[in-house]
Amino acid sequence: MNPSRCAACRYLRRRCPPDCIFSPYFPPNNPQRFASIHRIYGASNVAKLLQRLPSHLRTQAADSLYLEAQYRIEDPVYGCVGLISLLQQQIHDIERQLAMTQAEIAFRARHPQAVEGNLLNNVGNPSFSNQASSWFM
Amino acid sequence: MRSHEPRSTSSCAACKLLKRRCSPTCIFAPYFRSDEPKKFAKVHKVFGASNVSKILIEVPEEQREDTVNSLVYEAEARLRDPVYGCIGAIALLQRKMIELQHDLALARARLARYAANYPTGVAGTELDRLTMTGLGEFLVACGGFMDSFNQSSSYQVNQDAHMYDLTQIPYVYHDQL
Repeated sequence: MNPSRCAACRYLRRRCPPDCIFSPYFPPNNPQRFASIHRIYGASNVAKLLQRLPSHLRTQAADSLYLEAQYRIEDPVYGCVGLISLLQQQIHDIERQLAMTQAEIAFRARHPQAVEGNLLNNVGNPSFSNQASSWFM
Repeated sequence: MRSHEPRSTSSCAACKLLKRRCSPTCIFAPYFRSDEPKKFAKVHKVFGASNVSKILIEVPEEQREDTVNSLVYEAEARLRDPVYGCIGAIALLQRKMIELQHDLALARARLARYAANYPTGVAGTELDRLTMTGLGEFLVACGGFMDSFNQSSSYQVNQDAHMYDLTQIPYVYHDQL
């Protein structure tokens, strides 16, 4: 057997042809990379996907498939979609904080002498004694 | 006279596509109804029926619906963007997160300047919030792929602004927050 078979052909126990669709992206020194992708997508599906892409985009495709496969192996229920959901929620929180901070900046721009606790600290921060009572000044 | 058994009319979408008899214990039937053929077609095209079946068997039954929903979402993302799939969405969200954190830091610095110029006894509190969240560290742990993705210009190939309808995630990842 050709000792320089790619990881895919080694895993699939077949000859690695010169034009093997997998060999540029699944070197023999990283067998786990193809094993992960094969476990989630299957060799046939991966081959079809790579063949449909222009060759200059196949490396990125193989890398992203591997990353998604890893997420799915670690979290069979949510895979990488769990991370998307988490990021969305974090973004929503930061947008809310940004809106509140901008509102407070606008308030202070109009009422620079107002003595008050800031808006953000009115929400769940007990460390402040100055509350927003003067917000309505 | 032999009576003819009626053909089953209750095949799930998976068994219809796979052209096989849908058994009462079919693993797909609860999640791929016959009136939603495209749903199974998408996951079959990306993952393959056999791999989907193995994933579903591996998870507890009460989590299979969420599993199917996430597989459908992932399959749709990969069909829309064969190069980056969901990883593209993650990279965009990560980029947006960094921009928003930067904007928030600037806004808080501006607010802190107001507090410094007009002391109210509350100065310095907002400065405590200028540090990055722990999510920044988590995203770094995702590895260099995200950095190379963000730097890659080839991703400009698929730039439909609405490419990921990120409001359509059918469930919230509450439990793992």
